Amino acid sequence: MSERVVAAAEEGQVVELRRSGRRPRAVANGVRAAAILVALVVLAVFPLVFSNPAVTTIAFFTLVFMTSTTAWNGFAGYSGYIPLGHAVFFGTGAYTLAIVAQDLHMPGGYGVFWLVPLAGAAALVVAIPFGLIALRTRRHTFVVITIAIFFIFQLLSFNLGITQGSSGIQTPTPPWFGGAFNIPFYYVGAVILVLSIAVSWFIRRSRFGLQTLAIRDDEDRARGLGVQVGRVKLVGYVISAIPVGMVGALYAYFIGQIFPQSAFDPLFDITIALMAFLGGLGTVSGPLLGALVLEPLQQYFTVSDPSYYLIAYGALFLIVILALPRGVVPTVGAWIGNRRARRAAPSPAAAGEASGGAPGGTRYAATVRSGE
Amino acid sequence: MALLEMEDVRKSFGGLQALSACSLEVEEGSIAGLIGPNGSGKTTLFNIVTGYERIREGAVRFRGTAITNSTPERVFALGIGRTFQLTRIFTRLSVVENMLVATQRHEGWLRSVLRPAGSASEHRRAMELLDFVGIARLADAPAGTLSYGQRKLLDLACVLVADPSVILLDEPAGGINPTLIGLLAQRIRELNRQGKTFLIVEHNMEFVMSLCHRVTVMDFGKTIVSGPPDVVRSDRRVLDAYLGTEEADGDEAP
Amino acid sequence: MASSILKAVIDGVLTGGVYALMAAGLTLIFGVMDIINIAQGVLVVLAAYLSYVLSTQLGIDLFVGLLITVPTLFVVGVVVEWAFIRRLAGRERTAMSILVTYAVAIIIEGLLIRQFSTDYVQLNAWYVDRSFRLLGLYLPYIYVFGFALAAALLAALYMVLYRTRFGRSVRAAMQDRSAARLVGVNVERVATLTFGLGVAVTAAGGMVFGATNAFNPNSGYDLISRLLTIVILGGMGSIGGALGAAVFMLTLEDVVSVVWSPTWSTLVFFAALVIVLSVKPTGLFGRAAARAQ
Repeated sequence: MSERVVAAAEEGQVVELRRSGRRPRAVANGVRAAAILVALVVLAVFPLVFSNPAVTTIAFFTLVFMTSTTAWNGFAGYSGYIPLGHAVFFGTGAYTLAIVAQDLHMPGGYGVFWLVPLAGAAALVVAIPFGLIALRTRRHTFVVITIAIFFIFQLLSFNLGITQGSSGIQTPTPPWFGGAFNIPFYYVGAVILVLSIAVSWFIRRSRFGLQTLAIRDDEDRARGLGVQVGRVKLVGYVISAIPVGMVGALYAYFIGQIFPQSAFDPLFDITIALMAFLGGLGTVSGPLLGALVLEPLQQYFTVSDPSYYLIAYGALFLIVILALPRGVVPTVGAWIGNRRARRAAPSPAAAGEASGGAPGGTRYAATVRSGE
Repeated sequence: MALLEMEDVRKSFGGLQALSACSLEVEEGSIAGLIGPNGSGKTTLFNIVTGYERIREGAVRFRGTAITNSTPERVFALGIGRTFQLTRIFTRLSVVENMLVATQRHEGWLRSVLRPAGSASEHRRAMELLDFVGIARLADAPAGTLSYGQRKLLDLACVLVADPSVILLDEPAGGINPTLIGLLAQRIRELNRQGKTFLIVEHNMEFVMSLCHRVTVMDFGKTIVSGPPDVVRSDRRVLDAYLGTEEADGDEAP
Repeated sequence: MASSILKAVIDGVLTGGVYALMAAGLTLIFGVMDIINIAQGVLVVLAAYLSYVLSTQLGIDLFVGLLITVPTLFVVGVVVEWAFIRRLAGRERTAMSILVTYAVAIIIEGLLIRQFSTDYVQLNAWYVDRSFRLLGLYLPYIYVFGFALAAALLAALYMVLYRTRFGRSVRAAMQDRSAARLVGVNVERVATLTFGLGVAVTAAGGMVFGATNAFNPNSGYDLISRLLTIVILGGMGSIGGALGAAVFMLTLEDVVSVVWSPTWSTLVFFAALVIVLSVKPTGLFGRAAARAQ
């Protein structure tokens, strides 16, 4: 089993180890369930233990970015198409909440949170034509188109009457304040995050998810196996837009006012891309880790000096892509796997060799190997 | 009526005429061979049939219905599967996951999103097929770790998942060892007995001549001879094609 | 109205020439290396600041200053290629290059903000705010000079690509990298020099841009989005296409700003992109290669 872990980790992916012996699988599942439980508990009690508003503010922003990165990765990491225009959905969500709350004269309060799912729906509606246009093109052109469409939206938000241009829109002021101001936002954010992770995890296990991964590896071959690549890509893209729209709305309500430049921020996408790459693109836990590490850092830098933030961010991104291209989670996974393999087998064979020519294979398979 | 027909198919890339007047019929339940020197247009013809290339002239028919300029997805859904000359598998998925990628018939996209991949029966079927081609033991290995020969077998097994009625094999015996070639031929015969139709592009003459019921020869983008292996083997034009046209080697799209 | 449209067309063609030059660099880099240089926009701004420093601190004329800024930007390009781009490998190289050059772009942006703050500046010289009369229209000297400069540099680029040995290697690498390597082209060196060349042209573009627009370190975003639009519309990797698309788009933008409103002219720019791509995913002048992907 360990060779497989190595090989899987070396591929930089979370490969599910199905049907590989009852006992280790049960144990691994138990460990995973315990870890998930602990994470949920930490998530639930965090603002109660660390109630300092400065800390909960950072925690809230971290949740926003963990959600965005997870959703983004659910499309980018699985399909290999790198969109850099998800800020469009963030902004769409933010403006949806702001505009609807204003038009309905909603008073501040818990009721405003009901607009968050509406913002997700708005992101969905925007994502369909956006995806239809951008996904018609080839992989690298796709990246560029998403950037271009992002700028269209930024421009629209500056110029359209409905967004009130650069003067921005006020969102309702919540009736609660003081030290506990952040708490409702935090918990709504936590719920969205948990839902996004569940969706990401679920997709990874569906045939749809497999087909998305197949597109990443070889799109033409996937078509030859009947995968409706256009539809799979579009659905994946649209699904990834929804949580981003929801946290965009939450952000708008939290900040109290929304401007074109904060709703449609060109750094938004590069930020979540960095988080996903740092943690490990295409894994479920990687982007979470990336956001958990980087967002507090970002908050710190933004407060001190935005230009330092740009420089530090760019430099970190270069280091991650060039030195750690697979991200932390797969790299560490490979490292642990290697150690285990070394301990388990006295003479470790290369991963590919081991899984191909393991003892006990049929005579036929042995023939295959010897012939290569 | 032949199961799969290509009639007067023509294709040019830029100014280069890749195919001119290609006609080919594959009878239901047969194993058909397609041979010819490098660059004679065999893979291009495959690409046209399976929807990877478009044509302006000519027609492709399957069960009498035109499928000219269809898309790969639709062609596959109709029951035409193909493998590639340079094997193409999903290297970052496990072997069994590769097997589960192919769309199942009668599955809507919503269902594909909502349901976990690989029900128990799908899994069983995948394992059966992997066992059939002899790599069931590697089911959980990442496909990227497979050897070249194993990849070819996986490629074939993937196509079989959806139970196509015609299978197009692009150089199945290329670059693999003689033992494996023998086994491959045996598997093809077995599938053929179960009713599967094959069209095989291959350079290995022995493989083609011993396996195929009918062999078609292409040269310079044209189908020049078609007939039973014995007839084709002794045809003057075939010898000319192979001996006299070394300079015809060109690039052939995979 | 007619004369203001004519004026808009002339302005569009003149500025289009400058954008054509900057886009040519971008598309050349893509054509040879499959690299999309997102930093092209901020490099234009960097070049504009260099010209700014040379003219305000040392009193060097903007056009004379190019003798310094063009080689400087060439070196910047070579260094970026050598330090980062070259280290990218594998199938995802193009997508990775976008992220890497994006990172380079925000570093440069950060450095520019530290050095110059986010206040807007504009380059100045006698020809910047003076015009001359032609056919009853006032044409600013800088537009005409800028266009002439762009045309001269594009001609020079053409000469390099089609009349020199290096150019032949570049074109070979554009067609097929592995084949070029087989016939003895040092593809790595060609890539480095191409990147340098593609970036060097931004020096001229930056000078003209800085003289015709007020700019700050954030101006790179606006520039890169326009340049990318031009390059995609022109069919990625096609220099001729980039030239055509640049002139077409800038003219369209100027005309729209006259007949409709300046606010919406930029939007037309992107709307054209969306419309063209919905109809023809390979761009206006791109070859029909999209289907294979």
